[in-house]
Amino acid sequence: MLARLLPGLLILTVLALPGPALAQGTSPLDTGDTAFVLVCAALVMVMTLPGVALFYGGMVRRKNVLSIVMQSLFVLALVSVQWVLWGYTLAFGPDRAHVVGDLSWLGFRGVEQVANPDYSAEVPHLAFAVFQLMFAVITAALITGAVAERMRFPAFVAFTLLWTTLVYDPLAHWVWGVGGWLRELGALDFAGGTVVHISSGVAGLIAALVLGRRRGYGSEPMLPHNLPFTVLGAALLWFGWFGFNAGSALSAGGLAASAFVVTNTAAAAATLSWAGAEWVRHGKPTVLGAATGCVAGLVAITPAAGFVGPMSAVIIGLVAGVACYLAVSVVKARLGYDDSLDVFGVHGVGGTWGALATGLFASRAVNPAGADGLLFGNAGQLWTQFVGVAASWAFAGLLTFLILKGLGMVFRLRATEEEEEQGLDLTQHGEDAYPDMAVGIPLTPAPAPTPAGAARAAEREAGA
Amino acid sequence: MTKIECIIRPGKLEDVKEALDRFGIKGMTVTQVIGCGLQKGRTEVYRGREYSINLLPKIKVEIVVRDDQVDGVIRTISEAARTGQIGDGKIFTHRVENAARIRTGEQGEDAI
Repeated sequence: MLARLLPGLLILTVLALPGPALAQGTSPLDTGDTAFVLVCAALVMVMTLPGVALFYGGMVRRKNVLSIVMQSLFVLALVSVQWVLWGYTLAFGPDRAHVVGDLSWLGFRGVEQVANPDYSAEVPHLAFAVFQLMFAVITAALITGAVAERMRFPAFVAFTLLWTTLVYDPLAHWVWGVGGWLRELGALDFAGGTVVHISSGVAGLIAALVLGRRRGYGSEPMLPHNLPFTVLGAALLWFGWFGFNAGSALSAGGLAASAFVVTNTAAAAATLSWAGAEWVRHGKPTVLGAATGCVAGLVAITPAAGFVGPMSAVIIGLVAGVACYLAVSVVKARLGYDDSLDVFGVHGVGGTWGALATGLFASRAVNPAGADGLLFGNAGQLWTQFVGVAASWAFAGLLTFLILKGLGMVFRLRATEEEEEQGLDLTQHGEDAYPDMAVGIPLTPAPAPTPAGAARAAEREAGA
Repeated sequence: MTKIECIIRPGKLEDVKEALDRFGIKGMTVTQVIGCGLQKGRTEVYRGREYSINLLPKIKVEIVVRDDQVDGVIRTISEAARTGQIGDGKIFTHRVENAARIRTGEQGEDAI
């Protein structure tokens, strides 16, 4: 009886609901593009956790691996909430004075299932917003490598919240927000060379300088404790980067395919050139070098991904591998700052090269909505790119410095000598990543068995 | 009784174990250790920075034998662990006062 009634009931229920077309207003959504953007958002999420977490986690000493993994995990959670509450509206909300979005989309108010034609004509506004969320997440997570092994967790949480609000959100507005001044100037940044990589790289450099070197830096070896982790992290970054760059086309079409191909090409070229540079200078190509090289290539192609062709990507990647290698092996050693995991050397330098290279290699043949670069007869684009780079450097550098100095008055930023010696895993989180030999007793004893429970246990035993 | 403690190349453990087995020694305690001696360290490169690593991985084998076996054991281990290159390792001997087998309570040479 019920079985015969059920289909009828279902049909009635469906009829009672408002039709999807009615709910979604006038602009029809493209289901293919929507699916693509949502999957790409998930791919970009994987870049942070576990991508960055493992990439960095393998490079620190075993006593600090949990602390660095926790930072990526925590950034994902913290920025996800920040973005819904106020981050998205500051970055992409209706323009205020070309520098920041206003507060009309506070708490995702007005960010709905229908498309917002300003950003994506055929994809739900919510899909665009969550895709952009993952960019805000990874940018903050990247900075953690520069201050690895010495920043206290409470200070890191406060810094991340302030930095994302005061640096990332406005900068994203400048470059990508409708009305943002760099966007209006014509600066090209397809997927975040300035917004993501220059900002995190420069912030990392400033943070490393403000916090100072790790104790023992330069006098004792601080070697990666698990390079297979690092390679796994790099692989997840490479994989996720297809979502990052191809997804930035916001449409599953030719431009996305082009961005996908140049992304892979540049990553590969930079892997070869970094490993090659090491091979020549040290006699052996290292695994850490190859893994870092691919990330350098991915960083460099990011701003250019939607504007350049495959041959340009080869050059961008080859140069990125060597330039970043020299930045971390020669320049950092000369200057003596302790950017623990080379956030500046890879993301700052690679992002700067990529943003400028976009001004060289961009071609309207690849993307009519872009511009031609110097090599395609438009020298002005290189200048525009330079302005974008300089503004990002100055803004991220200055604000990072002010945030840290301000926080330093309220928080202790650095772990004490003893905390650093013991490792942040134990001192900040009370855990040990590799407790091979833990001897002790649980401080919360297991509850004593109740009479009923004891009787049941006796029965079970008797039964067995 | 004598405890023989030898530091050998990691790659020689199987050879040493086999030779001791032929000699009639079945029990041993093996530890992975790091150390340095005459052998120079090695250079490792991480992101273009070179580090001199002077504590190298070795294997420590500890066995306790009857005093009349000591010379034979030292000879056996030396032959099995030797490559002729610097870094082959060292053998130390210590006097042992007593031994006890936990399961049976046997003492002295019966326990080893």
